Parts: sequence; structure tokens; C-alpha cells
Amino acid sequence: MPQRLSPGPGSRDWSSHPPLIAPAYKSTRLRGPTRPLVPIPASLSELTGPVYGHESVGPCDHDLTKNAARDGEPLGERIVVAGRVRDEAGRPIAGHLVEVWQANAAGRYVHKADGHDAPLDPNFFGAGRTVTDAEGRYRFLTIRPGAYPWGNHDNAWRPPHIHFSLFGPTLASRLVTQMYFPGDPLLAHDPIYLAVPEKARARLVADFSLDVTEPGFALGYVFDIVLRGPLETPMEHAP
Amino acid sequence: MSKPQDKDNTKTRAVPTVEPLRLGQTPSQTVGPFFHPVLVPEAFGYPFQGIVGNRIEACEQNTQAIVIEGQVCDGAGRPIEDALIEFWQADSQGRYGHPADGRGGNTSFRGFARAATGPAPHHRYRLESIKPGAVDSAQAPHINVVLFMRGLLRHLYTRIYFSDEAAANARDPVLALIPEARRATLIAALQETQGDDKTASYRFDIHMQGEKETVFFDF
Ligand SMILES: [Fe+3]
Repeated sequence: MPQRLSPGPGSRDWSSHPPLIAPAYKSTRLRGPTRPLVPIPASLSELTGPVYGHESVGPCDHDLTKNAARDGEPLGERIVVAGRVRDEAGRPIAGHLVEVWQANAAGRYVHKADGHDAPLDPNFFGAGRTVTDAEGRYRFLTIRPGAYPWGNHDNAWRPPHIHFSLFGPTLASRLVTQMYFPGDPLLAHDPIYLAVPEKARARLVADFSLDVTEPGFALGYVFDIVLRGPLETPMEHAP
Repeated sequence: MSKPQDKDNTKTRAVPTVEPLRLGQTPSQTVGPFFHPVLVPEAFGYPFQGIVGNRIEACEQNTQAIVIEGQVCDGAGRPIEDALIEFWQADSQGRYGHPADGRGGNTSFRGFARAATGPAPHHRYRLESIKPGAVDSAQAPHINVVLFMRGLLRHLYTRIYFSDEAAANARDPVLALIPEARRATLIAALQETQGDDKTASYRFDIHMQGEKETVFFDF
């Protein structure tokens, strides 16, 4: 058998994740595999993974209001998005890369295939990255993204969201997800959000926070992220 | 809702048990169709510098240069134009650039790359790398793959093995877990060896559904 680092990563909690085929989200019908995943023991291949830390980010990379500015500030509502990245035992995932991308305030991506006729913003590219600090904290400054239409069904609109990509400590902890905004009426109509089991959906919705809000400057939202793991059996916490 | 109290149990429970803290995993969501400008910008001509491209550089002598190309096809057999493929591999001696590789992993080796399918040509992805060595005495050389796309609500894991490693593949414990008829879905086919550095090029297609559906792993 492959070399095993006992006892392996905590398993993916399938009750927290959407299924591979969710018929209301049409693209899953021909893209989600139909056969069961094949379980394999975790070897070094699964218990190692890409390591990207401070050397991979520049000083402005976390500030989407500045990192693509050409001749002014991007239009729209400035916001702060901050949170903590932890494993399931509550331990901070420190020094790890967080990548984000999003539409501009009008709901338009800088992407050749985005056919939405909302305007591009010459001062906004919609990409950011940062590295978590010793407590697993991250912080982005950005523009609140707009909703955008998509072709899934009649009058379909994606709720405003920010895409997040995280590696965590191993290949097994990899996560790509989306952050949504509290109180959004579009969430009740979005098959991508609704594909998540009901008990776990709220984890994708950021909390408005006055603590993170910068007075006179930008509203603040908190989005905490929990990655699969840790690799070892968690120590029981003292009362 | 609280459970009805079992009096006996309450009486005899001298030490309160403490549940280990267990936070709920953040659910996965699709990467969507618009990741190219940020995650694979160079390959698609976007004015942004990603953390990594589609090339893994050797940092040792006597490596075998390889190119892997292929398509990702949907259940109707059509090539997918917006799949993101991440590659994670060991160096030519089977060492990972990661602290968990306790054999003195090769930390100067960045065994990670990203490639994507796009509009042209033929919706093909391309990885330029070196042939990895065997990670341990049991496993055949392989590249670990993480797959994302619009229409995929959670990423998928698979592996690329090499057709010119037949003997090692026959002994590989992961391939052995797969029904024989499906093993070929994980084996990149050697096309040709060419150029001054004798680059070996392989074809590796991924099929999301159907008869040739690729084997995806749970670990
Ligand atoms: Fe989006």
C-alpha cells in the first residue's frame, strides 16, 4: 500500500457540500460524473500540496480598489471583506494564500466570454490575493459586486458574490467557494447557492460587521472559512 | 430540542465529556466560467500576473521534459471550454516540495501548475513539465490532478499515470483499486518524443460522463 501518514486527513463532510449533479443548475447535468468516487488511502501525494505564502503577493494585491486603477478610483460601493481561515478543529490556517475574483459594481467581469452588456470599469480588474496572518486572518478592500444575468433559466440572475480560492495545508484541503451578501433576495432563486445542503448554506453568507466597517469610508463584512482537516486527530479542548 | 433526561446517566456522569471543537466545513461552490483572467491569465492574454502558469520547471539534472495536452469532455462528448486543471507532482526523484515530505523533500521544486481549456484551439489544455519519479516504492510515477469547471459544484481529484510505465503501473496500489476496464482513463498516452531535449508528449483527455468516464477519487 502507499505510504500512509496516520491517520490521514479528516474526510470531506459530504453533508456540507453540494452534489455533483444538481439538475436545477443545468450545467451540472452533463458535467457532473455519474459514477461513485473511488476511495483511495492518503499517501504523500494527497498529504502534501502546493505551498504559496508571502512571496506570492504584492503590497497592493489585497486592495481591489487600487490594484488595477489607471486614472481614478473604480465606481461602486467600497467594502471591506475580512475573516478567519481555520480548520475544523478551530486552528488557524496561517501563512496561506487566499485568491479572490469578482464582477465589478455593474455585474460585469473582465472576461472575453462575459456577454453581459453592463459597462466595464477601466479602474477595476476584479482580482485579489493575500496571505493569512498568524491567526489565520485575511482582509480585502474591494467594490461590492453587482448581480449579473446568466443563461441557466428564464430571468436567471446570480446573486452578488465573490469567488474565493484556498489551498490550505494539503491537496486534500483545497477549496473553491463563493461568498454571498446577507439579506439578498436573489439567494432564494439561485440554484448554485441552493445546491448546498440547507444546514450549511448560511456558511456562505457573510455577516455585516460594524467592527470591520471603516468609518466614513467602507462598510465591512466578515466571511469566515473552515477548511477540511486537521491532519491529526484534534486534541480535545479543555472546558 | 433537548433530549429527555436519563436520570441514572446524569447521576453517574462524574466527569463531563467535552466534545472536541468541530467547525462545519465551508461548502464548495463552482469556480464558474470567469476564472481565466485571475487564475490562468498569461495563457489567455489577460493583463494580470497569476501565481503560477502552465509550466513546472526542473531544478535538477537529467530530467525528462514532458508535455501533456488534452481535452475535457462533457456527457455529450463535447469538449468543455472552461475547465481549470491544477497539477501537483513530485520531482524526478519522487520528492515533493512540501514540508510533510519527511524524506527531505525538495523544497526548491515547485511542483504545481495551472492550465485551462479555453476557446481555442480545440479547447485543449497544455502542461509543460518534467516526468515525476516514483513517490514511494509501491506507487508508479503520477501527477495529481484537481479539476474545476463551470457546472462542477465541487472540485474533483484524479491522477495522470504514464503509458510508458507499464510495469510500474501494473504494481501501483491505487490503480489496483480500480476495475481494470476503467484504469485506462488514468493513463496518459505517449504520442512522440521530439526536439533537442527529447520532450515526451502525452495525450490525456478527461471525460466527465459516459463510457470513458474518468475515475475520480475520494481521499
Ligand atoms: Fe461569478
